[in-house]
Amino acid sequence: MPDSIDIRYVATLARIALTDDEVEVFGRQLGDLLGHVNALAELDTASVSATAQVIESRNVLREDRPAPCLDREKVLAQAPQRQGAFFRVPRIIAE
Amino acid sequence: MNARYEAVIGVECHVELKTKTKMFCGCVNAFGGEPNTKICPVCLGMPGALPVPNAQAIELIIAAGLAFGAEIPAFSKFDRKNYFYPDMPKDYQISQYDMPLAIGGTVKYWLEDGTMRECRLTRIHLEEDTGKSTHAGSGDGRIAGSSYSLVDFNRAGVPLMECVSEPELRSGAEAVAYLESLRRTLLALGVSDVKMEEGSLRCDANVSIRPAGSAELGTKTEIKNMNSFRSVERAIESERARQIEILSNGGRIVQETRGWDEVNGVTHSMRSKEEAHDYRYFPEPDLVPLEPSRAAVERLRAALPVLPAQRFERYTSQLGIGSKQATQLVETPSLGAYFDRVVACSNNAQQASNFVLGDLSRLANETGVAVAESAVSAEHLAELIGLVDAKRINSKIAKELLARMWDGAGSPAAIVEREGLAQTTDPGAIAAFVEEVLSAHPSVVAEFKAGKSNVMGFLVGQVMKASRGKADPALVNELVRTKLSS
Amino acid sequence: MEYIEKSAAQIAHDVRTRVRSAAEVTDATLAHVESVEGAVGAYLTVLADSARAHAARVDERVRNGEKLALAGVPVAVKDNMCLDGSRTTCGSKILERWIAPYTATAVARMLEAGAVPIGKANCDEFAMGSSCENSALGVTRNPYDLTRVPGGSSGGSAAAVAAYEAALGMGSDTGGSIREPGAFCNLVGFKPTYGRISRYGLIAFASSLDQIGPLARTVEDAALAYDAMAGFDPMDATTVDRPVEAAAGALREDLRGLRVGMVREFDSAALGAALDALYRAAYRDLERLGAELVEVSLPTAAYGVATYYLIAPAECSSNLARFDGVRYGLRVEGDDVRSMYDRTRAAGFGPEVKRRILIGTHALSSGYYDAYYVRAQKARTLIAGDFERAFAQCDLIACPAASCPAFEFGAKSDPYSMYLMDYYTIPMALAGLPALSVPCGWTTPEGGRVPMPVGLQLCAPLFAEKLLLGAARAYEAATGHALARRPELESVRA
Ligand SMILES: [Mg+2]
Ligand SMILES: [Zn+2]
Repeated sequence: MPDSIDIRYVATLARIALTDDEVEVFGRQLGDLLGHVNALAELDTASVSATAQVIESRNVLREDRPAPCLDREKVLAQAPQRQGAFFRVPRIIAE
Repeated sequence: MNARYEAVIGVECHVELKTKTKMFCGCVNAFGGEPNTKICPVCLGMPGALPVPNAQAIELIIAAGLAFGAEIPAFSKFDRKNYFYPDMPKDYQISQYDMPLAIGGTVKYWLEDGTMRECRLTRIHLEEDTGKSTHAGSGDGRIAGSSYSLVDFNRAGVPLMECVSEPELRSGAEAVAYLESLRRTLLALGVSDVKMEEGSLRCDANVSIRPAGSAELGTKTEIKNMNSFRSVERAIESERARQIEILSNGGRIVQETRGWDEVNGVTHSMRSKEEAHDYRYFPEPDLVPLEPSRAAVERLRAALPVLPAQRFERYTSQLGIGSKQATQLVETPSLGAYFDRVVACSNNAQQASNFVLGDLSRLANETGVAVAESAVSAEHLAELIGLVDAKRINSKIAKELLARMWDGAGSPAAIVEREGLAQTTDPGAIAAFVEEVLSAHPSVVAEFKAGKSNVMGFLVGQVMKASRGKADPALVNELVRTKLSS
Repeated sequence: MEYIEKSAAQIAHDVRTRVRSAAEVTDATLAHVESVEGAVGAYLTVLADSARAHAARVDERVRNGEKLALAGVPVAVKDNMCLDGSRTTCGSKILERWIAPYTATAVARMLEAGAVPIGKANCDEFAMGSSCENSALGVTRNPYDLTRVPGGSSGGSAAAVAAYEAALGMGSDTGGSIREPGAFCNLVGFKPTYGRISRYGLIAFASSLDQIGPLARTVEDAALAYDAMAGFDPMDATTVDRPVEAAAGALREDLRGLRVGMVREFDSAALGAALDALYRAAYRDLERLGAELVEVSLPTAAYGVATYYLIAPAECSSNLARFDGVRYGLRVEGDDVRSMYDRTRAAGFGPEVKRRILIGTHALSSGYYDAYYVRAQKARTLIAGDFERAFAQCDLIACPAASCPAFEFGAKSDPYSMYLMDYYTIPMALAGLPALSVPCGWTTPEGGRVPMPVGLQLCAPLFAEKLLLGAARAYEAATGHALARRPELESVRA
C-alpha cells in the first residue's frame, strides 16, 4: 500500500487552506496513521466483497408526492450573504 | 469540408425528468418561480438532512432505458460525485457511477431525407440537478469577468437523466437528428418536457476527427454551452473545421473542454486544472441499493407507447407518407396517435395526413386547441374522408364541414344527410344549372366565343354557386366547356 | 436524594399520574443546571424558555389523558441533532450561530413521548473524538472527577445525565461515542442496531456508521428512550422497516439459558491488573446469573481501528463538504469563491476535523481509492463475518467498553492514542450491531484522586435489542455498581 500523503494536494481537493505549520504537523500525523492502517494489507481480501452498508434493505423509496417547503425568509436570514431573494457568493473563477 | 477526415461525435445529454417533486425530497419540481421558494432541508443540503429517492423518477429512467432497448440490470446504486460549486448544495452530487439504471441501447433517428440511422447508447443514469447561478457585474451575465454570483436553489435536486451516446455520429446534422429523435422519444414517454430553452434538455458533445476510414479515435474535445439544436450543429461543424485545420497544418489536438461562442460562431478553450477531475466517487451511504423487480420492469415495458422512430418508419415505408409530413406527425405524440386512429378508420393515410397537418393544424393554431383535444373526433374525420373518397362531397364542402365540426357540429355524414349537402353528380341536374347560367350571362358567353377563354372560370363558379356548392366540380367544368364549344 | 435524581421511568410515572407536574420537574432541573453548569459544562445551550413551554404542553397532554411514556422527562440533546429554532452547533465554530430550521426525527419522537429538552449538549466537533476535548465551543468535565474528561463524543449528554442535569441523554455513536462516555460517566450507553433509529436531522459524521441512542442512569430508562425513538422513518432511507419489539417491558431478572461469548482476542489482562480483575468479576457475575460462558473468536476485530479510520473519514470528507460558507454557517470572505471556501473551512474546522477530512479525501482520491477505501470496506465485510460466526455460538458477547477509565484533560495528545480508545467499540459499529455499556465497577486510575466508573460492554446480533437490554438489566439489578458512588457536585454548586 502507498503510505505517503500529498497534504497540499489533498487540502486543495478538500478546500481547506493550511498554514505551513499545519502542512508539517498534519503531514506527519497522517503519515503515521497511514502507517497504522496499512496493516489492512495483511488481510487476504482477494475474494471478499466490499461492504458499503451493513443493512440489507433494497428499494427504499418515496412516492412522488409534494411536501411543504421551508420559508424563504427563515432560510435566507441565515445566509452569510444574501441579495434580495438570492444567496450571494464572491465571483466564481471558471476552473 | 475536407474529405480526407471524418468526424467522430458523441453526445452527452442531461434531461430534467417530469415528476411532481424533486429527486430526493418533496419540493415541487417546476420550471421557474420566485427564487429560493422551492427549497427544504434536503435540497438545500442542510446539516442532518437525508435524501430519499423518488420512485417515479426511477420508473421514468427505466422506461426510457426500455424504450431504447437498454439492459436494466438487476442491481443498481447511487454514488456521490464530489466537487465544490456554489450552486451544488451538498458540494457533492448524488449520481450513479459504475452501476447505472440502464446500460446500452440504441437511439434510432432519421435524417431530413428520411434515411434511418442508429446510434448506440453507453448508459442512462439518474442524478440530481444543481441550483442556478446568475453571474453579475460583468454586464453580459457571463461568468468571465463577473464580480459576484447570485444563487437560486429552486432547481437543486430536480431529477436528472444523464444519457451518454457512443461516439457514432459523424456530423453536426446527424447529432441534431439524433437529439431530435431522443427528444421526441422522451416526450412520447412523458419522461420530460425536453425544452432546451428552459434547460430541461442540455447537451455537450465530444468531437474528434480522424482520417476517413481509420478505426482509431483521435484526441477529442468536449464542447459545452450550446443552447439550441442549431447551435449544436454549428458548434460541432465549427469544431470539426478547427480540428481539421490544425491537423492539416501538422498541429496536434489538445484534449480539453471548449465553450461555444454563439455570437462569433467559434469554440474557445475553457481549460481546467487537473485536480478538478478527481471526483472521488464512492457509494452513497445515505441510500440503499436499487433492485428493480423483473415484474416492475415488465410492467413498464408493456406500458411503452409506440415510439416516434417506429411511427416514422411505419408512416414512410408502409403508409407512403413523405419524410417531412411523417416527421411533423411524429413531432407531437398526441397528434400522431390521433392520426393513427384516423388512418385505422379511414384507410386513406395520405388524405388523413393532409387533413391533420393542413386544415386541422391550422384550426388548432388559430384556436389554441390541440387537434387531439378538439371536438373533431378521429372517427368523424375518418367519416369525412370517407365522404370525400366516395365523392359524396367535394373538397370545398369538406372544408366547410370541418370548420363546423371543429365548432362541435358532430358527425359529417349526419350533416350532409340533414342538409342535403351531398355532391350532385347527376349530369342531367348539372346540365340544367349550366343552361341556366349561360342564358343569364349572354355577354360573358360572347366574350368566350371571341377568344377570351379565361372567363370560363367565372362561368364555372356561377354554376357551382347555383348548385349551392354541391355540384361535382370536375363534371361542371366538363359540361360548361362542352356547352360553350357547341 | 433530590427529586431530579429519580429515574426517567419514575419521573414519567409521577407526571403521568399527576403526582408531579412536568413544569415542576423542569423548573427543578433548570435550577440544578444553573447551580452545577459552571463546573460541569455539559450544555452548549440551555433551552430554559422552550423547556418550560414544552413542559406546559406535556402537562396539558397529561390532563387530556394522553399516556406519555416519557412524560416530563428532562432530556439532554447532543448538539449534533436538529431541534427547530434551537442553535445547533456540532461543537464547531463553523455552525456556532446556526439555528436549525427543522427537528430531527429522533428528537421529535422523544418530544412526542413527552420528554422535555433541557438543552443542547456539548460534543466533540462533528462527533469526532473520544473525550469531548475536540469541542470548539466549550469544556465538559466528568461529574465524578472534574479534572477528567467525560468521554466522547457524546460527552455533554453523558455528563448532563451523570450530573442530574437531565434524566436522559441523546447521543450518537459512530465508533463508540455513546458507549465510551457512558462507561466514563457511570451510565448505560446504548447504541442500537444501525438503521433502528432515524438519522434524519442528525448532523452526519459517517453515514454508514452513525447511530443515535440513549445515555441513561438505568437500563430501564435506556429502554424507554429506545422504545420512543426506534422505528422506520420515511425521511431516512437507511432506517429498517421491521417491527420494533418494545424493550422496556421485557427486562430480565436473570441470564438463564443464555450463552455469553468471551472474545479470545479481547483478553482484559492487556488492560492491567485492576481492570482485569473488574472484568473477570463481571464475567463471573454473568455466569452467576445463569449465563453459560463460551469462548468466541473475532480474528479480524483487531483491524477495526484501521478499517474505521479509513471508512469514517472518507464518508466525513464528503458529508462535511457542505460547510462551505454559501447557504448557512460561518463564512470568511475571499476574493473569489475558491478562496472563500478555503478560508471558511480553514477557520471553521478544528484540527481533528481537518485531519479526518484530509485523510478521508486522500483515501477516496484517484489512485488511492482501491488501496484504502475499498480495502477497508472489504475488511469491514470480514469483521462483520467474524461476528456472524461468533453469534452462531453465543447469544451475546461481553467485553470491555473502553481500555481505560476517564482520563485527565490533555492526556491523549497524540491523535492515534485517542483513536485507540475506541478499540473495543469500533468493531460492533462496523458490523452495525447493537451494543451497550453498563457500569461494572470502580477503579482509581493511577494518580487519580477518586475511583472512576468502568463499563462492561454487551453486544447482541442485529436487531436483538430486546435481548440485549433485557440481559443488561439483569446484570445491573444483580450488581448495582452504578449506585456505589455519587458524582462530586456538592462542592461545586454555585
Ligand atoms: Mg452528470
Ligand atoms: Zn427540497
